[in-house]
Amino acid sequence: MTEPTGLAADKLRLGYDRDIVIDRLTMEVKAGQVTTLIGPNGCGKSTLLNGLARLLKPQGGTVHLNGQAIHDMDTKHLARMLGVLSQSPATPEGLTVYELVAQGRYPHQRFFQQWSAHDEAECEEAIAATHMTEFAERRIETLSGGQRQRAWIAMALAQRTPILLLDEPTTYLDVGYQLEVLELITRLHHERSMTIVMVLHDINHAARYSDHLVVLKEGNIVACGSPDEVVTEQLLADVFRVEAAILRDPNTGTPLCVPYRTIESTRKDCLGRC
Amino acid sequence: MTTHADTSPSTVRPPWVVIRLRRLSFRVDRRVPLAVTLLVLVLLVLLVVSVSYGDYNISPLDVIRATVGLETSDPNDRLVVRSIRLPRILVSLLVGVALAVSGIIMQGVTRNDLADPGLLGVNAGAGAVVVSYLVFASEPNNAVVPWLAFAGALGVSMLSYVLAWRGGISQLRLVLVGVGLASLGSSVISFLLTRLQIDRAQDALIWLTGSVYGSQWGDVRQLVTWLLVLLPAVVLLARELNALSLGDLPATSLGMRIGLKRLLLIAASAGFAAITVTVAGTIAFVGFVAPHIARRLVGPSHEGLLITGVLVGAIIMVGADLASRWVIAPAQLPIGVTTALIGAPYFAYLLLRRTR
Repeated sequence: MTEPTGLAADKLRLGYDRDIVIDRLTMEVKAGQVTTLIGPNGCGKSTLLNGLARLLKPQGGTVHLNGQAIHDMDTKHLARMLGVLSQSPATPEGLTVYELVAQGRYPHQRFFQQWSAHDEAECEEAIAATHMTEFAERRIETLSGGQRQRAWIAMALAQRTPILLLDEPTTYLDVGYQLEVLELITRLHHERSMTIVMVLHDINHAARYSDHLVVLKEGNIVACGSPDEVVTEQLLADVFRVEAAILRDPNTGTPLCVPYRTIESTRKDCLGRC
Repeated sequence: MTTHADTSPSTVRPPWVVIRLRRLSFRVDRRVPLAVTLLVLVLLVLLVVSVSYGDYNISPLDVIRATVGLETSDPNDRLVVRSIRLPRILVSLLVGVALAVSGIIMQGVTRNDLADPGLLGVNAGAGAVVVSYLVFASEPNNAVVPWLAFAGALGVSMLSYVLAWRGGISQLRLVLVGVGLASLGSSVISFLLTRLQIDRAQDALIWLTGSVYGSQWGDVRQLVTWLLVLLPAVVLLARELNALSLGDLPATSLGMRIGLKRLLLIAASAGFAAITVTVAGTIAFVGFVAPHIARRLVGPSHEGLLITGVLVGAIIMVGADLASRWVIAPAQLPIGVTTALIGAPYFAYLLLRRTR
């Protein structure tokens, strides 16, 4: 067995029909770390995540997992190594939390092995890990946004993959639920030593909950490294067009950005004065 | 939440009954055994009542005796039961089974619970081909009609799939193309009907509305043969339907080859719908209503949904056939009219409930 070298993109070209969003992008996901993709709207971060997750077929280049091109791999085999949570998926009416979580066992099952004792144990554990035990028999449509998101994460956990990709897991949640989901992800990362790749909108959340940040702008990686290295006043101006101050979080020591105004309004002010 | 304190992880119970034999394991929703038992009982009672009822009534006991091949008090009863009433009622039952399966697949694949087996133009395809044949053939041969219907049904539904293909299948595009082809087909049918001689037009119209009148044992055999081929395929694909109904992205990330599986499922759904069209013409709403009722009974997991839906479809069709013979007796309604009378209000009710 070779050591897992994680997930890597090599000269990746991604797009939708003729719109190329990402071209010749090369990156490596560090095994056992939390990597977060950030960038302004339309920068291609979700596209990249979908490419890494083989939900989007590359128009050029490859995505490797442990040295193998993922698009050549057996799909069920891949699904046992790499779990994905897409953006706010809708569930069929009447589906209960337990039934949804049990779907995570699909890549481990066959027609003649539909529900082993092991499947059951994995589901129970995934439900317990996401604190969904008391909701296990509830229908998904009766849950709050945060509970719903936890149910989907539980499904991805039941898949029991060493790598988990999450596309904006906190979108549409209020701040309490956002932290709940991020804390859950961090805990899972520690307890199960999972490699996590996610897309986040909030730079402060990204800085606080990640080991590694990858910043995208117009389909290119413009910066990557630890939150300390990446989150700078210059970067916020260049990538997000905002003038911001970078403070230190007094509790965690991670960088904290306070955006003041857009660069455009700064320029206008200057022109007015001159 | 009072349950919070006394709920520990070990109390989580899967919502299904599991059968395990060494390394093999199968599962079905907890509600299924009871639902299936009750539905089977309802179906059996309905079958006996339905066979008893007719131009003259036969006692239920004689119906059972005749069916299993025992002597009846009046020898004629046996003949009536076995060669006239049973084939027709069994055709209704089997058509109900096929329509229910077709509808469950179509609703699962399109993730739209208002979908129906005719969605991809199955009925319109069969109708257009058969009516064209009646118009253009100098001496139409009735034996050819079922095969033409089958070819038209399968052909048009596959054409929808091909036309909706653009490097992949989007559910919305598939539905739109299907609806387009279906209305094209109905226009062709309407136009051709105006060109048809009046007696032939009448036959064509009855067939288009759906009718099990004059069904023979040959029809029963045909249906059974096809169902024996297609049903195992669908049972094998039930787990795929579960994953697919979560959506394309989740299904892909679970390791499913969605393009291939969806094509197989759509072909199977079209196949089921096509055989019903072949034997009984276009029967509306059963394939749409049966999955709904089954989902109410046993939830959305397809293993249980298929078994339950099949029974619900059978009950609806046998019931509709009985009603068709009874409402305006001694005359009969085409069964397609009866199912539409039951189905259309249900459809409206669902739409209203949804828009509220």
